[in-house]
Amino acid sequence: MSNAHEVVEKNVGLMIVLTLIAVSFGGLAEIVPLFWQKATTEPLETLEPYTALEMEGRDIYIREGCHVCHTQMVRPLRAETERFGAYSVAGEDVWEHPFLWGSKRTGPDLARVGLRPITEQWHREHLRDPRQVVPESNMPAYPWLQETPVDWDLTERKLSVFKNAFGVPYTDEDIAEQMSKVNGEWANATEEDALVAYLLSLGQERKEAVQ
Amino acid sequence: MSDFWSWFIIVIVVINLLGCGGLLLWNNQISAEEAAKETTGHSFDGIQERNAPLPRWWLFLFIGTLIFSAVYLVLYPGFGKFDGVLGWTSDNQYQKEVAVMEKSTGPLFEQYGQVAIEELVEYPEALAVGGRLFANNCAICHGSDARGAKGYPNLTDDDWLYGGEPDQIVTSITKGRKAAMPPMAAAIGNTDEAVRDMALYVQSLSRPDLAKDSQKAAAIERAKPKFAMCAACHGQDAKGNIMMGAPDLTDTTWLYGPRVEDIEYTIRHGRAGHMPAHENLLSKERIHVIAAYVYSLSRNADTAE
Repeated sequence: MSNAHEVVEKNVGLMIVLTLIAVSFGGLAEIVPLFWQKATTEPLETLEPYTALEMEGRDIYIREGCHVCHTQMVRPLRAETERFGAYSVAGEDVWEHPFLWGSKRTGPDLARVGLRPITEQWHREHLRDPRQVVPESNMPAYPWLQETPVDWDLTERKLSVFKNAFGVPYTDEDIAEQMSKVNGEWANATEEDALVAYLLSLGQERKEAVQ
Repeated sequence: MSDFWSWFIIVIVVINLLGCGGLLLWNNQISAEEAAKETTGHSFDGIQERNAPLPRWWLFLFIGTLIFSAVYLVLYPGFGKFDGVLGWTSDNQYQKEVAVMEKSTGPLFEQYGQVAIEELVEYPEALAVGGRLFANNCAICHGSDARGAKGYPNLTDDDWLYGGEPDQIVTSITKGRKAAMPPMAAAIGNTDEAVRDMALYVQSLSRPDLAKDSQKAAAIERAKPKFAMCAACHGQDAKGNIMMGAPDLTDTTWLYGPRVEDIEYTIRHGRAGHMPAHENLLSKERIHVIAAYVYSLSRNADTAE
């Protein structure tokens, strides 16, 4: 009789099949069921789709790499909720594509920044020169945002993609309304306007949950 | 979670555990004949692979992990819909953590809340708590040292836009404050010269030495009668008005900078300082303790002088 383990060790095909089965188990049990869970697929009732201005602000947030230093994920720990606000739940992020949870906090978490007692003016001054308002800050300055107009070329397509591909409940009328604002009151908006609008929108869906 | 997904997870978990256990036993069986052989027969450059059973310590560790996972699945959620006998969830762990803190800090805040702010400044512990709350809630604008920044008032001096008495500080924190200095250029003549004259006049209120320069003195004289437009808020004597948060222009505290250019900007564009309300963000007791901390800062300035 040969060694029992020889059967696996000497049949590469069988070994591949068994390896695939072994590594897929974790994902099958832990990830796949989440695609069908209410908690992860249903948006919070209070969740609002982004306006066109916030949507562009979000893309500027991504472009400038804000998510590299700022998380948007408050963990269920008292020390975090005390500082940032109510802890994050999956229903907040159903319409986030891609999500911006981040993985490292060089700066503070921003998931609830729109609920903090911070004025729009402060955000503008802080983006232009962080050390003007927070001397200890090591955040880079973003002074060009106030001078750069928002590029609206792809906005309508972005909204449609979020509607059609990601199931965000924009109606055609919503998109038309957003685009009329883009051509109207937001026509001359700067990237700073867009980014500040996005920052102030963060956390609004959890307004009631703030302790 | 639906029954289907619950059973889906249970089946995978059971197969996984049994599979690991079975694989282990299967590989651990060696016939007497095999065990008698010294090597597997592999030989590479004269190096032979020995044929030994699994090391015992490794085997028992593996069995240990299987037992651990079974115990874990009994105690904690993970086995499909089964919640685990401990009933643990990340939310109830969080709620417990909050409750523990509430139990120890609740009575403390209640106790501090009953002490008048004038007296509370004698409680070093209350001030330490207030300092922590200040760092988390106020420092972003007023600075971690509470000395403010351009447009954000310094709280350590004894100069107040809306009054520095304890109840005035509490009101500022609770209800917030909104200043509204309108653009004044049109009202005082709408020329660059008129704006510059007025800026010099305002600067001269705290710097009498400016009048020594004859050119500036002339500018100051030209602007003087127009200050009546400003007096509605800043007062005839320019000493400000805490009802509107209109600053005293005769002292050397400059919220938006002391240069003529800064003052000109203010005259042209106005200013809209805004302290947000905190009544929905912080409990009454916490505001009370923060107010005591803020009150103590300028009190220290008094004694230091």
